[in-house]
Amino acid sequence: MIRRWYLWLPLAAFLGFVALVTSGLMRPMDREVVSRMVGKPVPEFVLKPSIPDVPGLSSADLKDGKPKLMNVWASWCLPCIAEALHLETLKANGAEIVGVAIRDKPEDVAGFLAQNGNPYSRIGADDLSVVQLEIGSSGVPETFVVDGNGIITYQHIGDVRAEHVPMLLEKLKEAAQ
Amino acid sequence: MIAELGLAALWLAAALAGLQLIAGVMSVRQPDGPLASLARPAAVIQGVLAGFAFVMLLWLFAQTDLSVKLVAANSHSAKPMIFKLSGAWGNHEGSMLLWITVMALAGGMIGFLERRLPEVTMQATLATQAFVGLGFYAFLLLSSNPFERLPTPAAEGQGLNPLLQDIGLAFHPPTLYFGYVGLSVAFSFALGALLTRQVTPDFARAMRPWVLGAWIFLTLGITAGSYWAYYELGWGGWWFWDPVENASLMPWLAATALLHSVSVLAARDALRAWTIMLGVVAFSMSMMGTFLVRSGVLTSVHAFAIDPERGAFILVLLAIYIGGALTIFALRAGTVQEGERFTATSREGALVFNNVMLSAILAVVLVGTLYPLLTEAFGVQVSVGPPYFNPVGAIFTLPMLAVMAVGPLLRWRKDGAKRVSKPAVLLAIWVVTVGALVAFLSNANVLATLGLAFAAALAIGSLLPLRGRNLLRTPLATWGMVTAHFGIAVALFGMASESAFSVEKLVAARAGDVTEVGPWRITLDGVEPVAGPNWTALQADLQASYKGGAPIALQPQSRTFWSPERETAESALATRWNGQLYAVMGSGIEDGRRQLRLWWKPFVPMIWLGGILVALGGLLALIGRLAADLKRHYVRRRLAERREDSQT
Repeated sequence: MIRRWYLWLPLAAFLGFVALVTSGLMRPMDREVVSRMVGKPVPEFVLKPSIPDVPGLSSADLKDGKPKLMNVWASWCLPCIAEALHLETLKANGAEIVGVAIRDKPEDVAGFLAQNGNPYSRIGADDLSVVQLEIGSSGVPETFVVDGNGIITYQHIGDVRAEHVPMLLEKLKEAAQ
Repeated sequence: MIAELGLAALWLAAALAGLQLIAGVMSVRQPDGPLASLARPAAVIQGVLAGFAFVMLLWLFAQTDLSVKLVAANSHSAKPMIFKLSGAWGNHEGSMLLWITVMALAGGMIGFLERRLPEVTMQATLATQAFVGLGFYAFLLLSSNPFERLPTPAAEGQGLNPLLQDIGLAFHPPTLYFGYVGLSVAFSFALGALLTRQVTPDFARAMRPWVLGAWIFLTLGITAGSYWAYYELGWGGWWFWDPVENASLMPWLAATALLHSVSVLAARDALRAWTIMLGVVAFSMSMMGTFLVRSGVLTSVHAFAIDPERGAFILVLLAIYIGGALTIFALRAGTVQEGERFTATSREGALVFNNVMLSAILAVVLVGTLYPLLTEAFGVQVSVGPPYFNPVGAIFTLPMLAVMAVGPLLRWRKDGAKRVSKPAVLLAIWVVTVGALVAFLSNANVLATLGLAFAAALAIGSLLPLRGRNLLRTPLATWGMVTAHFGIAVALFGMASESAFSVEKLVAARAGDVTEVGPWRITLDGVEPVAGPNWTALQADLQASYKGGAPIALQPQSRTFWSPERETAESALATRWNGQLYAVMGSGIEDGRRQLRLWWKPFVPMIWLGGILVALGGLLALIGRLAADLKRHYVRRRLAERREDSQT
């Protein structure tokens, strides 16, 4: 039997397969891609203004000592329209929000803001999703909490809904400490 | 009443499978025992009953009987009849019933027809077939009953996924199922032969038509699936290395290897253990593919109803069948006597080489498909795509293509390299010439260049076995081989050409705008709304003219289905002998322009034409083999009769 040990290889490979998929079945299905940048400083970047009357965004702006929400969005994104209202609420409660506009055009961004209001103090144009990829965001909209030293402390995936508003304000408060 | 009849037939069929298993096992132990004559009729009746149950399900769908849960969830009274019927298998429960039906019918056929093998091997084969069947009956009856009634009938059905309302797709899954299930017969034969230690050329001949048949269906299924993804998804690609596609490719690779090794066993009585191994692996790949697709363990663009509990059930079945078969293989394969020997430069040598290459490609695809699952276990999410599959697969594909081009010229058992050295050298020069020309004249990438060069060589090499032969007297099986190998060359040419020469344009166009894509001039005449039976759409009217020729009308649509609500992009194609123009309409832009995506893909239809040629080659071989088997059977009977005559 030892002489024919290789005949057992297919069975061994199959048992490996069974172990692998069993562990796959047991694991809860969580398909959200969590950024590995949480807890780390934002990478260095400078984004030009997306529209003329709102300033652009650079990593230096995120290190001015005040915690901020960094909202990754686009005018072509439908959930972004739904969350616009709640971003306004956040702003009214003292949150400073900066925007990263993904693969967008100035006229579309201006149209979006005219229709849904502008909660942003700064909007950087990320035309090739470079910054989006670097901060580990895999879709729009996503909202990052960045503390005053430019460290990402929290990532919210998907649109901000009414029930998320207190939680995000709480995260901002934590980031300020 | 109809649903209850179907369910009753299904339970009876399951009971007969149990009887077949017991009768088979008992008569393997005691060949002239009282149950020896029971397994064959049990297999036949089981096939009839399962077929009856499936017909009942079709009937329920044809009538749109909304008191049945499955019909209510997957059909709609307003749907065209053909899609009502295809709805019967376009869902989890129905497709499992189709699976078990085809399997039972196949078991019935071997029970009724197969007389070449020793009876004890047949009993073991039928017992295996019944054992595998029982697991699927249990799955169907205990966790996925297709005949379940609703407490109160639904007012209207929930429709069918509009992406699935397509004639090609209606017949795509059953085609693959015929393939998978054909391999289950090969699996049963392999285990039957292994258990009774009868791995003989007769066994190979009995198994071969099933492998060939399964392989033809798999080839057609993969070809059709690829074309469906190409024109229906509207992404312009024809293969995405998606887990579901890989799940159909892996059994095909194993079946291709099995097909060749079974021929060696039939002709030369060599490769005994290897053939058994491939027989087990081919069906294992079918089941593992089904499991991966249905359990939701891997994410895929193909959205199947996902249910972890069902996934666990199939996993247990897999562990029993595949684990059991591989254990028996490990214990028994060492006791199978070694077959005939041969040298490296021989037909067998070439076939063994390509068998190893095919197995390596299979391993590459399997590893790539499972890799995301492996890294996820360590908390890292990755996706594996063309940058891995294409080059790593090519490492094994290119040598295989080279051997394929000259291997069929070698003689069985022992041959000198001298006889093939001349065509081999000429073909090698031809590969280098074509490769150099492509590299100089175009900016194709390395893989596409190599693909074009090897396709050119294989196209010629595949025809060489016919040289110097009387074409009318050449056996059909040889014609089959030549056609299939030539088909691979044609498909490869299409793939490489698509990758090397495609032109893509994304434009925002207003009515009257003209766009040029490769040799085409495309004019957008306008955008208008159109209405279908269960959808409305915006349709772009395009006039496409090839090199200034007469314009062809193309009408890509952006469709909205209302039951259930969903939007799809319907692509429009203009096919010429030298390629395809592919048009998709995107969303509208506020200023009234529409996004249009246009591709010119030279020679892309060759991919599917090649696939069809490969399947046709398989069909020719199948007919040739069956005719030869019948003739052999007839001659043997005549000889026996004559012997009897001379004795009396």
